[in-house]
Amino acid sequence: MGPIGRALSYSQERSHTVSDVPRISRPLQRWLLVGLAVAVAAAGGVVWLSSGDDPAEVRTREQTLDGAAPGIRLDTTLYLPEETPAPAIIVAHGFGGSKASVDGDARELAGRGFVVLAYSARGFGASSGQIALNSLDAEVADASELVSWLAERPEVVTDDEDDPKVGVTGGSYGGALSLLLAGTDDRVDALVPTITYNDLSQALLPNSATTGATASTPAANAYAPEGVFKRSWAGIFFAAGVGGAGLADPSTDAVEAGSEDDDADAPTNAGGTPTEPPAGGPDTGGGAAPGGTASGDPCGRFRQDFCAAYNEVATTGRASEATVQLLRSVSPVSVADRITAPTMLVQGEQDTLFGLDQSDATARQIAEAGGKVKVVWYTGGHDGGRPGPELRGAMADWFDFHLRGRGEDPGTGFQYDVQGALRVQGAPSVRTVATDTYPGLENGTDTERRQVRVYGPEQTIINPPGGNPASVSSLPGLGSIIGSSSRLAGRVAIDLPGQAARFSSRPLTNQLLIAGAATVRLRVSSLPGVPAPDGAVLFAKLYDVGQDGSRLLPGSAVSPLRVPTLPADGSPVEVTVTLPAIVRPIETDRRVELVVSTTDQAYATPTEAAAYRVSLVEDGALAVPVVAGTRSGGGLPSGPLVGIAIVLGVCVLAAIWGALRRRRADDHDPALDDVPLVIENLSKSYPGGVKAVDDLSFRVEPGQVLGLLGPNGAGKTTTLRMLMGLITPTGGSMRVFGHRVHSGAPVLSRIGSFVEGAGFLPHLSGRANLELYWAATGRPADRAHFTEALEIAGLGGAVDRRVKTYSQGMRQRLAIAQAMLGLPDLLVLDEPTNGLDPPQIHQMREVLRRYAAAGRTVLVSSHLLAEVEQTCDHVVVMHQGRLVASGPVEAIVGGASEATFRVDRPTDAAEVLRDAEGVEGVVVEGPLVHADLNGMPRAEALATLVRAGVAVEQAGPRRRLEDAFLQLVGEESRS
Amino acid sequence: MSGSDDGVSTVHTDPAALDQLTEVAAHEHSEVAPDGSVVGYKARRTLGLRVELTRQLRRRRVQFVFGFLLLLPWILWVAFEFGSDGDGQRSGGFVDLATASGSNFVVFVLFAVTSFALPMVVALFFGDTIASEASWSSLKYLLAMPIPRHRLMRQKAVASALLSLLAIILLPAMALLVGVIFYGAGEAVSPTGDAISFDQAMLALLFTVIYLAIHLIWVAGVALFLTVSTDAPLGAVGGTVLVMILSQILDQITALEGLRNYLPTHYAIAWSDLISTDIDWSNMAAGAFSAVMYGAVFGLLAARRFRTKDITS
Repeated sequence: MGPIGRALSYSQERSHTVSDVPRISRPLQRWLLVGLAVAVAAAGGVVWLSSGDDPAEVRTREQTLDGAAPGIRLDTTLYLPEETPAPAIIVAHGFGGSKASVDGDARELAGRGFVVLAYSARGFGASSGQIALNSLDAEVADASELVSWLAERPEVVTDDEDDPKVGVTGGSYGGALSLLLAGTDDRVDALVPTITYNDLSQALLPNSATTGATASTPAANAYAPEGVFKRSWAGIFFAAGVGGAGLADPSTDAVEAGSEDDDADAPTNAGGTPTEPPAGGPDTGGGAAPGGTASGDPCGRFRQDFCAAYNEVATTGRASEATVQLLRSVSPVSVADRITAPTMLVQGEQDTLFGLDQSDATARQIAEAGGKVKVVWYTGGHDGGRPGPELRGAMADWFDFHLRGRGEDPGTGFQYDVQGALRVQGAPSVRTVATDTYPGLENGTDTERRQVRVYGPEQTIINPPGGNPASVSSLPGLGSIIGSSSRLAGRVAIDLPGQAARFSSRPLTNQLLIAGAATVRLRVSSLPGVPAPDGAVLFAKLYDVGQDGSRLLPGSAVSPLRVPTLPADGSPVEVTVTLPAIVRPIETDRRVELVVSTTDQAYATPTEAAAYRVSLVEDGALAVPVVAGTRSGGGLPSGPLVGIAIVLGVCVLAAIWGALRRRRADDHDPALDDVPLVIENLSKSYPGGVKAVDDLSFRVEPGQVLGLLGPNGAGKTTTLRMLMGLITPTGGSMRVFGHRVHSGAPVLSRIGSFVEGAGFLPHLSGRANLELYWAATGRPADRAHFTEALEIAGLGGAVDRRVKTYSQGMRQRLAIAQAMLGLPDLLVLDEPTNGLDPPQIHQMREVLRRYAAAGRTVLVSSHLLAEVEQTCDHVVVMHQGRLVASGPVEAIVGGASEATFRVDRPTDAAEVLRDAEGVEGVVVEGPLVHADLNGMPRAEALATLVRAGVAVEQAGPRRRLEDAFLQLVGEESRS
Repeated sequence: MSGSDDGVSTVHTDPAALDQLTEVAAHEHSEVAPDGSVVGYKARRTLGLRVELTRQLRRRRVQFVFGFLLLLPWILWVAFEFGSDGDGQRSGGFVDLATASGSNFVVFVLFAVTSFALPMVVALFFGDTIASEASWSSLKYLLAMPIPRHRLMRQKAVASALLSLLAIILLPAMALLVGVIFYGAGEAVSPTGDAISFDQAMLALLFTVIYLAIHLIWVAGVALFLTVSTDAPLGAVGGTVLVMILSQILDQITALEGLRNYLPTHYAIAWSDLISTDIDWSNMAAGAFSAVMYGAVFGLLAARRFRTKDITS
């Protein structure tokens, strides 16, 4: 707020000083420019300041520590926050990564005030040893050693001797380590495993068909034995272990709710730490690694038993019981029921490797054993990207609360991100739905399942020899490269004709938000005569189909299933198939389509040709899980509402204050009730010393036609504007019929005015203008005398034309007619004859004289003496804001006894006149001689001059006013 | 002096008219109320709303604005019709969202207008109202009637507010009509995939109109302040739009972080929170407060300036 606040006060100051200077200096423009400049400068300053803001200081310490077995050396980095001692967090890396690949996360957590220990697991990075896939006696034991080591660090808060306050987190492989460590080492106080597996045997060899029942959680999978080998992903994993490609872990951030558009459009490294190398980066194949690829060992850094198991599965496509047991033993499934520390399970919705079903299984295990678990599904995953900044923040909050009791209790609920099916560029397209519990974990909270009928006849599908060509559902490992765009990823899906059976729903009448794994009951049989001794391998998937037939495979996910035995006589086997766990809103008018195919590129399929019949069990319906969000129910936030009430209250107070101010304003002198206008010592000066009106005083009596005479710039118009309340005088007062004039004074209703040009709405006719003018006064229409006024204007038929077509004279006359509406007691006209032609001027004079004769008063301003002389009976002469002369026109215009002679010899003429009897005050002025004849007739004086031999060119009354006036005007024009 | 011929032949005062006027003037004597005004004049009856609305509604500019707002949904519909006959590449995108249902079409139209068109219309109604009178020189005659200044400003502001409100209601109403005719009365779907029924969408639309009306108070306040500060109507309108654009630009600078919450345009699309099954009111409440605050500050500044301003136009 600081800089902006300063900027605001600064611009207000400026605007204040500017506003004191009147419009001459175009204050608005300047104000806007100043405001703009200040705002831009402030914004620039803030940007500059905040970009220079470093995150909290984090110190690192690199060390090589001993693992659980002799000779195992673990490469570690300890990140120390600004303040220690603090709780510790162990950050485990993903498969193919090293401690370097979690550097960003570690720094972020250290920035939040935790002591963070990142390390390369055995077999990765600069650590020694062989990969044992998180075996309890290997990697997990190593991690336990690290916990013990942390307990001895003075920077770490401890619960007890040898028991530090410690949390553990990690993604994928590291996530599994978190679970395994928490399940075996009860010193772990909190954990946040992300995108990881529950059971590696099911993750790599899934089977989603069962004849039994599945759990009541939203993403529960049948997890039947004898799964189908997920060969693409397994291969990528194995390759990462032998030092190959770094595709195993997502490196980009997933899209989040409320992401700014620039983040959403470019997920690559958005919001992350720029220092972070891509997962599985250069150090994966580091030369320092013992037993690396260079050795030519096909097992790379894998321990022999795992290498052999992979070999077996990869070559046969089937896993032996021993292999399954081996995989289970290194999976969290083996220990998850022993986890007591609060667990936040983060799983990705774009994950064809470790789907939502994996965290679902872990959550069930932990909850059944009484542990505390929160489940989060976000838009990323192995195909979609790692947790974004907001989710990482929530993960840190989890540790904050559970390791040191800071912040709000994050609870044990469930939340999932929904990525909109429809996108608006620039608008965030992710929202988060939250509920208090993960459905199905507690009794009576089973997941709501909506039945969606799908239709389709029994279909025969074939498995081509060699399982090739195969359908495509996903591009394992490339998901995050394609981008987190579910659109693109979902559209790669291809089903081959003859290999896929389709069952489609009717167009939906309401939106259906699928949150989890739908189930469907299928009937599979072999064709009579085409036996399938090994049973059937099938792939079930659920498409979102548009009205135009465009198809999208949500999450690119597919559920492989194996029906172990099919009777040779063609009698069907009924199985319940769990479809992939997805989060997908299916919009109204779109359809869901269940596709069952025989092949999938990503899986190992039987090479023998086969044919199956697939049909729906009668009334075939998908049981689709839906999880409604808990309504936050919070009404309107009270803070802003109270603020609004206060602001409105202040406005009301301001209005009341204004009303009180206006009430005080009436100032009435009853003695002057009958005097149309009294001006006393009126002044108007502008800052800078310009005095438009200076100490002006005069008085207008009823029935007068008073002329305000002066050259241009004499202050006439300013005086009249003050009389109308448009300009506030800086000194003196004006009283109209005894009431002091101020802006909006009621007595102004007795004045009709025309000052400095007409003011009409150009788009309306003359008549409409006058009618609307009168309507705006709010006075009764019958007092307006439209007819008379319009006749005075004499516009004829033009009165119904739009004013913008009028000539200046017509506007002028219409304006005077407007001033006369309602027959005001005082008519004020500024230069009324400007722009009129002579006959019209003549008429106008007549109008004004007769109007005054009828008992009203007229005040006319003019810069023409003749005009005033012919129209007015009284005159006030102004010059440079001051009063020069005032009185009856005759008195000022023609002093009765004074005369002026224009002669050829002025000096002689003056002599002659001085000698004449009674003549006084002889003055010579150029060729003119002025004299007060004092009763002598002008003819006699003329005769005297002529007699004296002076040639007289002109003789007449002396016109003092004109002299004075011409002099003034002359001065004006000379200057 | 274009009509000078015309002027001479038709513009003249009939001498009989003069007699008539003199006659009337001689016989009618105005009575005077204690406050010095002519009987029949009451400050609180000056510049009635109907009069001001008539004055405004007969202006081409106002008629054009309403015509444009009523036409806009049709233009967008035509654009979609002509734009969507491609190869369906845009499926799942912009067009699909806008044409998913009638209510979505309204939402789309509102999205399209809230950042610029609607504030601009409000800026026009408020920024033009007093400055245009000044530019026509009619302001001085209104004030000399006299319409008390506070009343003139208030009546003008109320009339502008009514016109603005009409615009804010007319546009979604027309969009709804077009949307329901061509895209049906289906569910409203938000970009995040949240869907609400048509009935609820109508309720959300009502609240949207209310929110927009409140949000645009800040534009009204700034425009009102500028309209009493200048005699050039387009200067006041343009100045307001300039402030709006500046605020929008600053709002783009993510590095400003929390400071952006203080920008008047920051909560411009907070109403989109209404298209949700679980409505989060916090942004709208903050937006309403921000708008009322700015509106009040600039409104009071405008009143203060207009109260003492010398009218020289």
